[in-house]
Amino acid sequence: MSAPATQAALRRTPLYDVHRELGARLIDFGGWEMPVQYSGILEEHRAVRERVGLFDVSHMGEFDVEGPGALAFLQRVTPNDVAKLADGRIHYSAFLTDKGTFVDDLLVYRRAADRYLLVVNAGNTPKDFAWAKDHAGSDVRLADRSADWALIAVQGPKAAALLARTASPDPSDLPYYGFREGEVCGAPALVSRTGYTGEDGFEVYCRPEDSPRLFRELLAAGKADGVLPCGLGARDTLRLEAKMALYGNDIDDTVTAYEADLGWIVKPGKGDFIGRDALLAQKAAGLPRRLVGFEMVDRGIGRHGYPARTAAGAGVVTSGTHSPTLGKPIGLALLPAAATAVGTEFSVEIRGRDAAARVVPTPFYKRRA
Amino acid sequence: MNPDDLKYADSHEWVRVEGEVGTIGITDHAQKQLGEIVYLELPEVGHMYDAGDEFGTVESVKAVSELFTPVSGEVVAVNKSAVGEPGIINDDPFGDGWLIKLKLSTDVEIGKLMSADAYGEYVKAEEQEK
Repeated sequence: MSAPATQAALRRTPLYDVHRELGARLIDFGGWEMPVQYSGILEEHRAVRERVGLFDVSHMGEFDVEGPGALAFLQRVTPNDVAKLADGRIHYSAFLTDKGTFVDDLLVYRRAADRYLLVVNAGNTPKDFAWAKDHAGSDVRLADRSADWALIAVQGPKAAALLARTASPDPSDLPYYGFREGEVCGAPALVSRTGYTGEDGFEVYCRPEDSPRLFRELLAAGKADGVLPCGLGARDTLRLEAKMALYGNDIDDTVTAYEADLGWIVKPGKGDFIGRDALLAQKAAGLPRRLVGFEMVDRGIGRHGYPARTAAGAGVVTSGTHSPTLGKPIGLALLPAAATAVGTEFSVEIRGRDAAARVVPTPFYKRRA
Repeated sequence: MNPDDLKYADSHEWVRVEGEVGTIGITDHAQKQLGEIVYLELPEVGHMYDAGDEFGTVESVKAVSELFTPVSGEVVAVNKSAVGEPGIINDDPFGDGWLIKLKLSTDVEIGKLMSADAYGEYVKAEEQEK
């Protein structure tokens, strides 16, 4: 067999010791030493789809955006309409370049008209903060609070029941993409009804020093429900089944928001924002290519970077894996616009062999409730 | 842990020799490294390989790993059940998780492979390097 890669010195979250205790297999994830799995990716994936799973995502970045100019700033530097957010609500958005391509995707939490929390990808935190500062005027206060937050995701149909027993106030009545501050296992925490799995779930922001106790107590409290600690391996198979984009795979500074099929976060009617002109021009001219979901028809798993061949020209697979829920290989690919209709047959080159694939509707999986 | 009647390659494949035929699979250590195997690609009967050639791939959710034959020969059997249910490699890597059988071209290559004890030491040393 070919050998695995070796590792250099890596950053650790406050939950590192807990991962070791639980027997996690740790890998280098963008410079962080993170669990890829504990008991196994397929088992962890199934736990989230059927019961509840816990994820350490403390490596993500968090920025405070405050001041009288905060709303105007966010309206200018993100494509979604921040004015539509109420206190205690969240929306999915991005930092875009002036070409309408991605600096990062992110969540915007509105605490008050002049106080926001942005949650950004782990690998992009320094880049995003520098970019935000570059575009901020003197009426906005930006602070990188990433080191002050640990983050535990609680995901699955039994997540609400688990937090009802351990959090106060009971978050089961939080609307989807709503958040509230309170306590979890007696520790101060901000709880949002968000996630990256396609299931009901919550993300618990707490103090780093409280996080090991919280993680262990949530595992204990969820034992009867069959809770499992889950790693980045399952996180990836879950998000792909739910057709959620991954920065670095499906989106980056070469893909526009429209090409990435994320037009729903672009609100040109709200006023000007970075990338607006480029996006409108691209829409008017017609998109040259688009991100679509596919499944394999021939044997094989089409993975990130594998070339795609269509009747309308070349494309590329941006994400691909074996789907545990569907029991077959699925993926996302950037294909020429003329080859993006559902049902279009194309091929993926897998280690020198052309394997047949087909464009399918997404998401690949949708939760029942 | 590693069966004594097998010989081992440093790329974590094993060979069981019975007369002219060598059965090849991956070790327990290898299947543990991979995690749950979800896909297996094996050659057709009749293919000829030299020792060290790549004869297929084994994939887990996150990784693709090539398979290398420790010995030269012609493929006389392929484990089609494993292709259909690759998880058998995780469950029984030295038994029902076998991959291919070769009619060996020569006797001399076997002598160059590791014994069970030597392979055990090799794996320990590899682990310490990490």
